[in-house]
Amino acid sequence: MTVLEVRDLYKGFGGVQAVAGISFGVAEGELLAMIGPNGAGKSTCFNMLNGQLRPDGGSVHLNGRDITGLPPRDVSRLGVGRTFQITATFGSMTVAENVQTTLIAHHRGLRGLWRPAAALHRDAAMALLERVGMAEQADRACGVLAYGDLKRVELAVALANDPMLLLMDEPTAGMAPGERVELMALTAEITRERNIAVLFTEHDMDVVFTHADRVIVLNRGKLIAEGTPEDVRANRRVRELYLGESAEAG
Amino acid sequence: MTGQIVVQFLTGLASAASLFLIAAGLSIIFGVTRIVNFAHGSLYMLGAFIAYSLTQRLAAGTAYGFWISVLLAAFVVALIGVVIEILMLRRIYRAPELFQLLATFGVVLVVQDAALWIWGPVDLMGPRAPGLDSAVDILGQRLPEYDIALIVISPVVLGLLWLLFHRTRWGILVRAATQDREMVGALGRNQAWLFTSVFFVGAFLAGLGGAIQLPKGGADLLIDLNVIAAAFVVVVVGGMGSITGAFLAAILIGELQAFAVLVLPESTLVIMFLAMAVVLVVRPWGLLGRPMGEHAPGQAAEPLLRPATPRARLAWAALIGLLLVLPLIAEDFTLTLTIEIVILALFAASLHFIMGPGGMVSFGHAAYFGLGAYGAALLATTLNTPMELALLAAPVVAGLGALVFGWFCVRLSGVYLAMLTLAFAQIAWSVVFQWYEFTGGEDGLLGIRRTPWADDRIVFYYLVLAACGVAIYAMRRMIFAPFGYAVRAGRDSRLRADAIGIDCRRFDWMAFLVAGAMAGIAGGLYVYSKGSVFPDEMSIPRSVDGLVMVLLGGVQTLSGPIFGAAGFTWLQDEISRLEYWRFILGGTIIGLVLAFPQGLGGIWRQIEALIRRRRATGIEAGR
Ligand SMILES: Nc1ncnc2c1ncn2[C@@H]1O[C@H](COP(=O)(O)OP(=O)(O)OP(=O)(O)O)[C@@H](O)[C@H]1O
Ligand SMILES: [Mg+2]
Repeated sequence: MTVLEVRDLYKGFGGVQAVAGISFGVAEGELLAMIGPNGAGKSTCFNMLNGQLRPDGGSVHLNGRDITGLPPRDVSRLGVGRTFQITATFGSMTVAENVQTTLIAHHRGLRGLWRPAAALHRDAAMALLERVGMAEQADRACGVLAYGDLKRVELAVALANDPMLLLMDEPTAGMAPGERVELMALTAEITRERNIAVLFTEHDMDVVFTHADRVIVLNRGKLIAEGTPEDVRANRRVRELYLGESAEAG
Repeated sequence: MTGQIVVQFLTGLASAASLFLIAAGLSIIFGVTRIVNFAHGSLYMLGAFIAYSLTQRLAAGTAYGFWISVLLAAFVVALIGVVIEILMLRRIYRAPELFQLLATFGVVLVVQDAALWIWGPVDLMGPRAPGLDSAVDILGQRLPEYDIALIVISPVVLGLLWLLFHRTRWGILVRAATQDREMVGALGRNQAWLFTSVFFVGAFLAGLGGAIQLPKGGADLLIDLNVIAAAFVVVVVGGMGSITGAFLAAILIGELQAFAVLVLPESTLVIMFLAMAVVLVVRPWGLLGRPMGEHAPGQAAEPLLRPATPRARLAWAALIGLLLVLPLIAEDFTLTLTIEIVILALFAASLHFIMGPGGMVSFGHAAYFGLGAYGAALLATTLNTPMELALLAAPVVAGLGALVFGWFCVRLSGVYLAMLTLAFAQIAWSVVFQWYEFTGGEDGLLGIRRTPWADDRIVFYYLVLAACGVAIYAMRRMIFAPFGYAVRAGRDSRLRADAIGIDCRRFDWMAFLVAGAMAGIAGGLYVYSKGSVFPDEMSIPRSVDGLVMVLLGGVQTLSGPIFGAAGFTWLQDEISRLEYWRFILGGTIIGLVLAFPQGLGGIWRQIEALIRRRRATGIEAGR
């Protein structure tokens, strides 16, 4: 069953055609990797999928419903979780509070004016943090965490609104190589268990080829290849594109 | 008729000149240093006063004497600007933005009293400019020759600035620094030099603006705040950091005012702020401005907001206990002062509500204090409404105001939002000030009496204590409730808040409503504590008082605004009988900012940290 269906998406910034007509789909429980060199248009594509940017053309469907041009908060409420290339968390809150706030928002409880938020959904938040390996640091300020830990918190936050689709823009950027594979393994485990569709971008080919079910390759705003990790690895155009990284990819 | 229109048009252009100069200076300084220099109006005022003194001495009565005086005055002001930059601002560039603002408020106060001391309290009439002291005839209408000189000056200055910024290495550096913040950090040691020189140029322009308007407006002690409000409007309408934008905006505002005089003289005070509100709603970054990033790079992360520790609870209980028994031990004037402190603590706490958790700096929070005050007072004087009802109506009136103004304000962010709050406050103020039949204008509304049961000072004290206590406690609860988390989420990271489904704008708006209504409660109580109300209650100085209280107390601590209000009100009361109390107050503010960049509330934390460290070393030593 297709969760996300992207058709003919376009976006330009002034003279730059950042995304020039791409189409793909992500199925339930599938991990789809979007790879491509710097500036290929990956983040731009992500930002159109969750409503941060309005596409110049094309459409985005979530579970058959047209969500093109909806603002991010509505897209989120329809069951899309997101992590950012540069982590975005609430720095004045603890790790647990970050997750709790998301849970409160998910349960439409943000209008509460009296009962302290710290007591709400605490157990559910701790369970999520346990899952991503951040339970010990639950009461630390988000602002002081190591970057790799922040990425974990973001994963917990993205999972907190019970998504059917997870958009992860470079989930392991800035982490040590070992940590990367580990985090992505964790993500794969959780999302398979919950049957969540995942679209992620990644520069580390080890991570991509170990965990992705399918790979799409973006260059200069266009899809140049698509298929299983093996197909894509064997693809001549992809090899040319990644010549500099062929050691890592091979 | 055509003659009148043409002359009015030229008058508008002439009045745009000094507006452009001060605004250009403000804009350049902001662009490079990111400091909103509230003291820029003070530099302008100094320009006027110094030019006055110089024209009296230097070849008085000759044209070259006059123009040399004008240029020399601007130069002296530029040096004063450099001194301020080196002695004060340079030490706090790394402090939170708002603390820099607070420091510049301190400078405003100090300069006010310095000017009072040097030039005295009497308004000074500017000398006519020799050689330009008559009028020319245009289509049957008379236009002062000096106006023509002013009309010529601003495009000339604009041209010179253009050359400076496009043809010199320094100017290119300044433009690069304005556009790319990262680059400023990479400058290293040269950064200090760049900032100082930018202050020199900015202050020079402010001084020049003050000096050239001397023949038209003279010099008095009120121009600093009047002109800073106008300069903010021009800078914001033009777009922060854009000099051409400031030029266009100055002309726009100058013309609007010139023609408003013809059509509807009462509207002159409002028109400028209305224009700004309209421009900002259509173009949120001004005519030629560009969007500013969500967060300035390198800005420290917000500290955690924690509920009170057991020890802090104990301290609060002790404070409340003391306040409860105060009438038994204190004299009348202490009680009166405490009433005022408690009311202003609520005012400050309400401002803190949007500034701290909301991250929205308001330069015009007095609007809601004043709306509450006038709402209650008008109900009492026109409809004979009893006190109880009028006090309940105060937050409703203020809340409605906040709902309307807030709807526009939450569409903007940062400095632009702050300026728009200022604009709305000035609009509210000028309506109250000019609608004499309804509000009594400058004379205010008098003879507002408390209900007999609350007439006694002690009873009223308890009423104020209860109302403000409940209101402050309610805001505290809200901050720790989901609502507060939603508001804070929007401040910490818009991106993330959006992505988890929070409608940030709506929550900001509701926070505005809460803050406005709470300020309204304070305003209503204030009226009944004084028995009267004047437009001052919603003027810029009142807004600034609130800001100083919050900033002194520390934006990051919830108790901050309360201590800030207490400290500020007490200090003001102690020294207000002295002739130069502003000097002392301003000096104190500057001293505190330099000594405790985390605010008075932060002192407590610093002490606690010290105790903890002592104890830790004590334990180690004991081993
Ligand atoms: N807001 C913007 N304004 C102008 N140009 C932009 C904007 N955002 C992206 N671009 C341009 O669009 C192109 C695609 O950028 P994008 O960030 O989507 O690439 P990416 O594939 O995510 O790269 P990276 O791997 O470095 O994250 C780039 O040329 C970039 O400069
Ligand atoms: Mg990217």
